[in-house]
Amino acid sequence: MKIVALCGAGIGTSEILRVNAVRALDRLGLDAEVSASDVANVAVAAAGAQVILTSPELVASIGRTNADIVVIENYFDLDEIASKLESAIG
Amino acid sequence: MTFSIPPLDQLPDPAIALHATAADWRSAIRAAAEALTESGCSEPSYGDRMIALVEEYGPYIVIAPGLAMAHARPGPDVTAPGIVVVTLAEPVTFGHAYNDPVSVVLGLAATEADQHVAAVASLANLFNDESVIPALAAATSRDEVRRLLRAAHPPVSDSTPGEAS
Repeated sequence: MKIVALCGAGIGTSEILRVNAVRALDRLGLDAEVSASDVANVAVAAAGAQVILTSPELVASIGRTNADIVVIENYFDLDEIASKLESAIG
Repeated sequence: MTFSIPPLDQLPDPAIALHATAADWRSAIRAAAEALTESGCSEPSYGDRMIALVEEYGPYIVIAPGLAMAHARPGPDVTAPGIVVVTLAEPVTFGHAYNDPVSVVLGLAATEADQHVAAVASLANLFNDESVIPALAAATSRDEVRRLLRAAHPPVSDSTPGEAS
């Protein structure tokens, strides 16, 4: 299972999303490799990924992908991240 | 890896700006850029790049209700890694679908892409408690801000200690 957390610059926000996604997966008892990347590198970073986590504003920049795009509103809300991840991959 | 951003509860005075006046989201980001410049982390052009990131991708930097994390890629205008905390006198609208208005702006400067990771993980510790953002916005002194930021560094941690170097 591969999950990519995506932001505009590849520093900062995607890393926060990555850290909290790992916590949410722990809570769900699910094992996955979670990486952080930016939209400029999404084609490479998300190759083979099942899920892309990102913010509502960035969805349009992602382009074609086979991954499920999961939109997170509050990057610190573990309940939101866990329930959305669970319905995407559970 | 050296943990070169100081722990959040030890942020120096120039890295904390209280009740800054900002007419719009651009001036809110500029306030964070000024604090980064006064902290010796970046040149003023870094503020232009932080604004350009929002112009290019939208207000995705508003990552939680009331909280924006202004940042841009590493570049020659970043002289040292750092984080600043700016609270706004009046909340500002960024145009985010869910998380407006913003009352707290974090500014992040990184000199290389993964240098800030420990500091960013500590931000996750802090803001998993949703009461912290309004508490920061209401803080009336830098010491009060530092006291609130102490939650970013819990005494018992299951990850690599930041002060190991």
